[in-house]
Amino acid sequence: MTQHTKPPQTPAEEALVRSYGDVVGRLHGTPEITRNRDDAIEMIKASGLPTRRNEYWHYTDLRTRLRSFAGVAARPDRNVAVEAVNPREKLVDATRLPMFNGHYFTDLADNLPVGLDVQAFSDNADGGCDVSAWVPDLKNEDFIGTLNAAFFRDGLKIRLEENAVLERPVRITNMMVGETPAFSAVRHLVSIGKCAKATFIQRNAAPLQSANQTNAVTRLDIGEGAEVLWFVVHEGGKDAVDLSQIRVSLATDAKLTLYIMNAGGKLVRQEVIVDVAGEGADFQLRGVNLLAGDSHTDITMVVDHRVPDTTSTQIIRNVVLDRAQGVFQGQIRVYREAQKTDAKMACNTLLLSDEGGFSAKPELEIFADDVQCGHGATVTEIDSGYLFYLMSRGIPELEARGLLVKAFVAEIIEELDDDAFVEALENKLDNWFAENG
Amino acid sequence: MLEIKNLHAKIAEDGTEIIRGLDLTVKAGEVAAIMGPNGSGKSTLSYILAGRDDYEITEGDILYDGKSILGMDPAERAAAGLFLAFQYPVEIPGVATLEFLKTALNAQRRARGQDELKIPEILRRVKEAASSLEMDMAMLKRPLNVGFSGGEKKRAEILQMKLLEPKMCVLDETDSGLDIDALKVVSEGVNALRSPDRAFLVITHYQRLLEHIVPDSVHVLYRGRVIKTGGKELALHLEEHGYADVIDEAA
Ligand SMILES: Nc1ncnc2c1ncn2[C@@H]1O[C@H](COP(=O)(O)OP(=O)(O)O)[C@@H](O)[C@H]1O
Ligand SMILES: [Mg+2]
Repeated sequence: MTQHTKPPQTPAEEALVRSYGDVVGRLHGTPEITRNRDDAIEMIKASGLPTRRNEYWHYTDLRTRLRSFAGVAARPDRNVAVEAVNPREKLVDATRLPMFNGHYFTDLADNLPVGLDVQAFSDNADGGCDVSAWVPDLKNEDFIGTLNAAFFRDGLKIRLEENAVLERPVRITNMMVGETPAFSAVRHLVSIGKCAKATFIQRNAAPLQSANQTNAVTRLDIGEGAEVLWFVVHEGGKDAVDLSQIRVSLATDAKLTLYIMNAGGKLVRQEVIVDVAGEGADFQLRGVNLLAGDSHTDITMVVDHRVPDTTSTQIIRNVVLDRAQGVFQGQIRVYREAQKTDAKMACNTLLLSDEGGFSAKPELEIFADDVQCGHGATVTEIDSGYLFYLMSRGIPELEARGLLVKAFVAEIIEELDDDAFVEALENKLDNWFAENG
Repeated sequence: MLEIKNLHAKIAEDGTEIIRGLDLTVKAGEVAAIMGPNGSGKSTLSYILAGRDDYEITEGDILYDGKSILGMDPAERAAAGLFLAFQYPVEIPGVATLEFLKTALNAQRRARGQDELKIPEILRRVKEAASSLEMDMAMLKRPLNVGFSGGEKKRAEILQMKLLEPKMCVLDETDSGLDIDALKVVSEGVNALRSPDRAFLVITHYQRLLEHIVPDSVHVLYRGRVIKTGGKELALHLEEHGYADVIDEAA
């Protein structure tokens, strides 16, 4: 066998390993956790950043795209944290679980509603809170999980009791504060009891101009008959990097509606890995990608339908400006036993610039014979008939275009059927368009 | 108020000439009717007046209040007081009707240097206009024209016209798709807007509408030109005898 010469380390790879060396002594954890961290960094050292030759990363060659790696963010002073309110945010009333620079601030969190239990890893690092109990596959494919295994600093273990129904949504934020760009990794373990019902908002945010780098890995287990609405909102700065992952498992008759909104950042990849493991379970994904500047944004999804009678629908709407590039890789695997699976996937792009682009890669692997599966992808421009009609009523061209862009994504936002959420998301849309349109 | 002089226009995409030397003058306070067989260029004329860029003007001019509007985009023309009630109003999913009305009204006010209206005042005006046209407010919560019946769309056009208070109103086959009762309601809506400083260009196929909206002049459009002009009795003549003899006479 010929020996492949390893390509030289990129500056980002070197910096990553160096950052780890700098911080490892200060990362919490039992000896076992520390061992996992070391294994993970060895894995990254050995394989390097994933490249386009890796099928899973084909459209997002991290080796060329990730140009630098920031130092690990320090825990900010409490008063800095208190003051760090993002002016862009129109708040939905929620139970807040705030993290700053990847550190949880227990004393800044709201009182918890009955039925909800939250423990922070940092408060129980010597084994009390085992967000580490789950170890990701250390594979080059799962770079995001591996990066997290090496660096995660803090995280929440969240449990919702059986039958608990939360009135207010729970908001988990990770806000990056401070002058110098920094990196933070957090990990959450969320389990939803039987027949419980709740809404979660997971939000990464940073000042507009920042170049922070963030990584969040969330594992969400939804029990029998439970129902979850989960938002992931990425609003990084113009040069920010976010590499995140959510791994879900759905028990019998469980239901998850996952809304992803990407409206910022230079390099964003959100992985969605869903195990539809219980009969009658339903998974709904809605994605809104608002892409501008020189950004590159990737949603990569893998859904496994393992058992009979499950459903899933994915609808992704993309608005592309400037030289922005977007990716949606959607893989649906229907196992041989999974008869009567109903899975649909649609990816629609509104391309507002000749220099931007969007790659949609749907992939269906179907091993059952009695299923309904389909996918479609479209790329459109602003409809000139719509534009003329609006302008003929006196609405200036730019404003008319703004209305039509909003209309393009409004359909899936309005589906939410909750005024506060619709308003908050439309507000983000307006802000984004005001900043970029 | 409106002066169309030797207008020639072609479809920008394929160069087909549709308007071929059209002359027409409409004075302030006047209601002018345009009649003509299908395909003679009536809707094309209305689009050109509104500023649609699918058509290229190759010759002639359009003067509005004495000034050429050829260099103005559709929004500028609207803000200047021009309004087109579409033959086929466009359905726009995702744009809420009320939001649209508010945006249009305030955009025009801004363009004219007037203060923007607040939501309660806009709602009041919309409610008033809707009730005079016997329209259900619930309809206006829906996306713009989406799922409206043919008649509802036409009423919605007139509702917009009432709200925007234009000076030059072009109505393209507003009567098609309306039953007798709706025709009356819509015509009353139009008649209520008649005033000495407002003009109408009413495009129709049928004399029927002109019984309700009585025109001051009637113009026959054929193959992109006005081939005959007369008073309201011309519409009656066309109703009885069809276009054949008028066309023969012009040939
Ligand atoms: N954008 C266009 N593309 C192709 N053909 C057009 C276009 N606009 C108008 N036409 C053609 O021009 C002619 C006049 O159409 P139109 O103005 O709609 O007539 P009318 O309203 O009098 O029935 C028709 O033959 C029509 O097919
Ligand atoms: Mg027509």
